[in-house]
Amino acid sequence: MNYKQVCLIIVLTFCVACKTDVHLNKVEGKQINISDSLAIDTNIEDFIKPYRDNVNKNLDSVLAYAVDTYSKRDGNYNTAIGNMMADAVFEQANPVFKNRTGKNIDFVLLNHGGIRAIISKGKVTTRTAYEVMPFENSVVVVTLKGTQVKELIDYLVADKRAHPISKLKVVLDSNEQLKSAELDGKPIDFNATYNVATNDYLYNGGDSMNFFKTNDSLYVLDYKIRNVLIDYFTKIDTLNPVRDDRFIQLNN
Amino acid sequence: MKRRDFLQHTLAASTLIGLGGTGLTSFTPSTKKITVLHTNDVHSHIDPFGPDDGRNPNQGGVARRASLINSIRKDNPNTLLLDAGDIFQGTPYFNYYGGELEFKLMSMLKYDVATIGNHDFDNSIEGLYAQLPHAKFDFVSANYDFSNTVLDTHVKPYKIIIKDGIKIGIFGLGVKLQGLVDKNMYKETVYLDPTETSQEMTKILKDDEQCDLIICLSHLGYHYKNHPERPSDLKLAAATKHIDLIIGGHTHTFLKKPTIVKNLEGKNMLVNQVGCYGINLGKIDFYFDGNKNKSANGTSIIV
Repeated sequence: MNYKQVCLIIVLTFCVACKTDVHLNKVEGKQINISDSLAIDTNIEDFIKPYRDNVNKNLDSVLAYAVDTYSKRDGNYNTAIGNMMADAVFEQANPVFKNRTGKNIDFVLLNHGGIRAIISKGKVTTRTAYEVMPFENSVVVVTLKGTQVKELIDYLVADKRAHPISKLKVVLDSNEQLKSAELDGKPIDFNATYNVATNDYLYNGGDSMNFFKTNDSLYVLDYKIRNVLIDYFTKIDTLNPVRDDRFIQLNN
Repeated sequence: MKRRDFLQHTLAASTLIGLGGTGLTSFTPSTKKITVLHTNDVHSHIDPFGPDDGRNPNQGGVARRASLINSIRKDNPNTLLLDAGDIFQGTPYFNYYGGELEFKLMSMLKYDVATIGNHDFDNSIEGLYAQLPHAKFDFVSANYDFSNTVLDTHVKPYKIIIKDGIKIGIFGLGVKLQGLVDKNMYKETVYLDPTETSQEMTKILKDDEQCDLIICLSHLGYHYKNHPERPSDLKLAAATKHIDLIIGGHTHTFLKKPTIVKNLEGKNMLVNQVGCYGINLGKIDFYFDGNKNKSANGTSIIV
């Protein structure tokens, strides 16, 4: 063993000794707010800029024009914006579903809480679609037994919210009890099965829509609700949805 | 080589004093300071909130966080930068680029380690895997078993970093995915009990690896008032030992200051979380001394 090796061993011994010896003496903790008083790192800012420009260019590209401002608070039982969303899901998703299965979607049910923003009068952009539907939820089609459709109708009657529906027509009497539930002008046959389009959030029990779970079949279309809206806005020129009689309460 | 010899001689001499001279008080090693900076639940918030934002006007933004981190690093080069998950999802940057920009920026800011949050599966486990080449930092998760997924071998249970001779062990914990994330997204990822996993991790990091500092990067959530049975950072802290700091996430908890918790041995440790969206940066400074005769001294925690 030469001198250098001896030294190395001593140094190693020293380090090991050091390791077991270090002592955590004091800990100081705080949080620092990232406020606008902090300088902007220009290197980082320059790196972000092309991404930001591209995102903004895309988000702000005009897809359609809205003739009015539409909010989910405009009306009981059904709203223009909700009707538009449910109708758009039917219009955009049914061809995909039919192409894959040979069958049609019978009706659509979304949730009132899933409308996350208003649509303002004027330019409708991709950003509008992101605001209205920021989540990544996708369209699913669920084959429900008549008994489950009954539960679904009972849910709508009891909840009294303007959950967006399409193709389905629900009428309540003046006592808020179910008067009729129809598809294509015919009463729903509670012994038949129906293909109901919704989103994966509701299918998985979101908003306590528990009637979706024990279904005959589930079809995952891999079609995001937001993309449904973007495609729908792109297709139309003018956005002019209306409140109608798809879910109403009779006065007498 | 003359200088090296001199250093070795000096070290040898010091060692002799250190080993033999128990009564000597002239052995006064300098204090070492390790700074741990951390974020959680940034959720793709790359730009600051706008001036008209109803809740957080003019707050956050990666470019400002970068300048703050740079100035802290200048002050103390022995600084670690960590993230406790949910890097993804929340602004169109994620929808457009799938997390690429988030990872690239975190790499530019020189993040060291991150753990995986539930929203990091939002483009499925393949979506996360596809973005990994953009991350020049490591991911740790000890209670997600990725063996039967594409992330196998790409995510380690823990990572050890040595700064200024201080050995720092960092392990990751993730939240239960079932019921929270679509199975189609997390695929064959297996969730393991976080407390048991932590006991295993601390055993490895303390006993086998002899770490001086143990940090848990957790996406379990700070505390569930209405579901006290759920695993949380506060529960984990009280049920384990040897963890010096739990950096939390998931619950978007804004704390006025880090929480001091008594661990299983009755020793004080810290749990911290800094809200969400890059609005705050957590900063924990650990001061070490090498004094052999300090066995009576505990650790003072100042928050």
